[in-house]
Amino acid sequence: MSQAEGRSRARRSRRVTPPGARRWHAGVFLAPALILLLAIVLYPLAYSIVRSLFNDTPSGGAGSWVGLSNYKHLFTDSTTLRALKNNVIWVLVAPTVVTILGLIFAVLSERIRWATVFKTVLFMPMAISGLASAITFSLIYADQPSRGLANTVTVGIHDIFEGSSRYPGLHPRDASVLEGSDKSGFTTKAAVTPGAVVMLPLTGLDLTSPPSSTAQAVTPTAGTGVTGVVWNDFALGGGGTTGSVDHGERGLGGMTIQALSQGKVVATTKADADGDFSFPSLTSGSYELRLPASNFAAAFNGLSWLGPNLITPAIILAWLWIYAGFAMVLLAAGMSALPRDALEAARVDGATEWQVFRRVTAPLLAPVLLVVFVTLVINVLKVFDIVFVIEQSAGANGKYGDVLAVSLYQDFGDQQYGLASAIGVFLVLLVIPAVVSNIRRFRRDQQ
Amino acid sequence: MTSLASTDIVTGSIHRSLAARIVARTGGGALRVLLVIVALIWLVPTFGLLVESFRNSAQYTNGGWWDAIAHPGQLTVQNYSNLVHNSSIMSSFVNTFEITVPATLLVIVIGAAAGYAFAWIEFPGRDWLFLIVVGLLVIPIQIALIPVLRLYGWLGISGSIVSVVLFHVAFGLPFAIFLLRNYFAGIPRDLLEAARMDGASEARIFVRLILPLGLPAIASLGIFQFLWVWNDLLVALVFTNSSSQPITVALASQTRQFGSSIDILAPGAFLSLVVPLIVFLAFQRFFVQGVMAGSVK
Repeated sequence: MSQAEGRSRARRSRRVTPPGARRWHAGVFLAPALILLLAIVLYPLAYSIVRSLFNDTPSGGAGSWVGLSNYKHLFTDSTTLRALKNNVIWVLVAPTVVTILGLIFAVLSERIRWATVFKTVLFMPMAISGLASAITFSLIYADQPSRGLANTVTVGIHDIFEGSSRYPGLHPRDASVLEGSDKSGFTTKAAVTPGAVVMLPLTGLDLTSPPSSTAQAVTPTAGTGVTGVVWNDFALGGGGTTGSVDHGERGLGGMTIQALSQGKVVATTKADADGDFSFPSLTSGSYELRLPASNFAAAFNGLSWLGPNLITPAIILAWLWIYAGFAMVLLAAGMSALPRDALEAARVDGATEWQVFRRVTAPLLAPVLLVVFVTLVINVLKVFDIVFVIEQSAGANGKYGDVLAVSLYQDFGDQQYGLASAIGVFLVLLVIPAVVSNIRRFRRDQQ
Repeated sequence: MTSLASTDIVTGSIHRSLAARIVARTGGGALRVLLVIVALIWLVPTFGLLVESFRNSAQYTNGGWWDAIAHPGQLTVQNYSNLVHNSSIMSSFVNTFEITVPATLLVIVIGAAAGYAFAWIEFPGRDWLFLIVVGLLVIPIQIALIPVLRLYGWLGISGSIVSVVLFHVAFGLPFAIFLLRNYFAGIPRDLLEAARMDGASEARIFVRLILPLGLPAIASLGIFQFLWVWNDLLVALVFTNSSSQPITVALASQTRQFGSSIDILAPGAFLSLVVPLIVFLAFQRFFVQGVMAGSVK
């Protein structure tokens, strides 16, 4: 020990130790904590490291020494490899997105008067268990658009841009009138001339619960241009004449009809609920009418959020809901500690808000950003609850969302203690950089 | 807002063009709208769970919770009254209390004692010991599941509530010691010296001086630990059995039949969420402080 160090240590101990304190007191005060830490944290750490080098007997006991083969299994077995891959996705995506989102919210919320309310609302999910969040988001991700909010929104957006297909599975009642397929659309066989009334009979509508866009069909009267009716030429219980509109037969409202002349679309219209449609502009010539395939495509039912491809992003989204508020609150606290005069000076010099943010706020905030980011990374490495529960509710596809902590729990459940220990040790190795940086930062703060 | 206003005074840019002012105004309006939308998005999931918890599973099969907004007649307290009469859920709810309360109190007492020793009693190896505690802050609990289960088997406490409590206390300690030691170290030295001069014992100083003065940090720690233990799933999955399981485990076992169990899951989840939510809203300030300290400041 150098002289300077010795002096500083002596000075520190003089400063810290008041007279009267005896060493054995320290033992009394520390004993419960140290015993628990030793028995439940430190000893298990050592045990797991050793245990990870042994394989398992059928009853879950330690078998024989296998060296690093449990670790090799971790990187070669397809199940754990999938978990590892998902963990990589989590680490690459989740902390970054949450930190950025938290930063945006922190900056923006500074400019509103109800910032406290805003922060409370966003921070609230932190108080909710992973289990409750997982149940909440399993509800949102339910497959049927009528049940799951995510798919209700997805289908809604899809239909705004693509238009909704109203009549999947419908087909011509009479092949001599309309030909084609639901892939190419159906076209009239005979030419259509202005003044005529065109009957376009289809069938296949679910009559037990007909869509609200349909109503009792009506035979239109001839008018200017081409007129006609497109309807489901079948009534519940049968009866009626093929090719004519009978009682109980429903018009196919919203059906798109195109008029073609020499293979080119010259006019487009939609049928009314009673099936009536007209092309008043077609006053001369001869046409074909087509019911394009978009009318018959299978309905878009949204995405399989908890299916093999989307389950990890979907769970990350739920995690984002939990932690964005956390990042925001920490960053907002960091921002309120920034030197006001530096910001003011930049603004006085004519910097725009964006410049102030990029050149002053962001660099000064860098240490806080790092702390938030590292905390989130550590959290993501250990993520378990929300993944585990959403996977269970996802059923057979659940396994595609596995992360290491879930694999560990499954190996544990299968009494594969060697493998589970190896995963545990691997997780510890991954957080060691954080351990080192914590200790460093702490020592720096103490100086 | 205030900073913008003061900039105006400094630069005298009261003569900003009308256009610039309009942009600033509407920009502010758009910002407000945006943040309102964000806040609503953050509220919708929990609100959906709340509404769903008042509908039966047949209605869930037919349509989402938003149907109930158009048809309030769908709402019923039947799920909750079923839940109250579901003895396994109710006993798990009691277990949650029986695990959470002692785990929180013990961490406070044991952590405060250790924190006091680290802050105010000189003993050899103190700095090193404390660095080890700091190092343990981020150790994943996963590493301890198997060995501790073995240890509990050897001690004969497997499956008991005590076993879960001890695990939570042990893994709560590094943070507790870290937080409290740093806070206690900031207590004015004169106070302690005066007490020691007066011949007060260490125990008396700890109880009469340190604990009252350290109350803000203890509150942060208590709320943090309370929520952590209350919300835990993994530890309880591993260490409890059917008679000692908390509500998180009882509900998690039902999530395999998500659609048909929704009339238990939704109200159960909401019930399990109400207590932490109240704690959070009531002690938000302390919780935020605890979280900030917990992000290994």
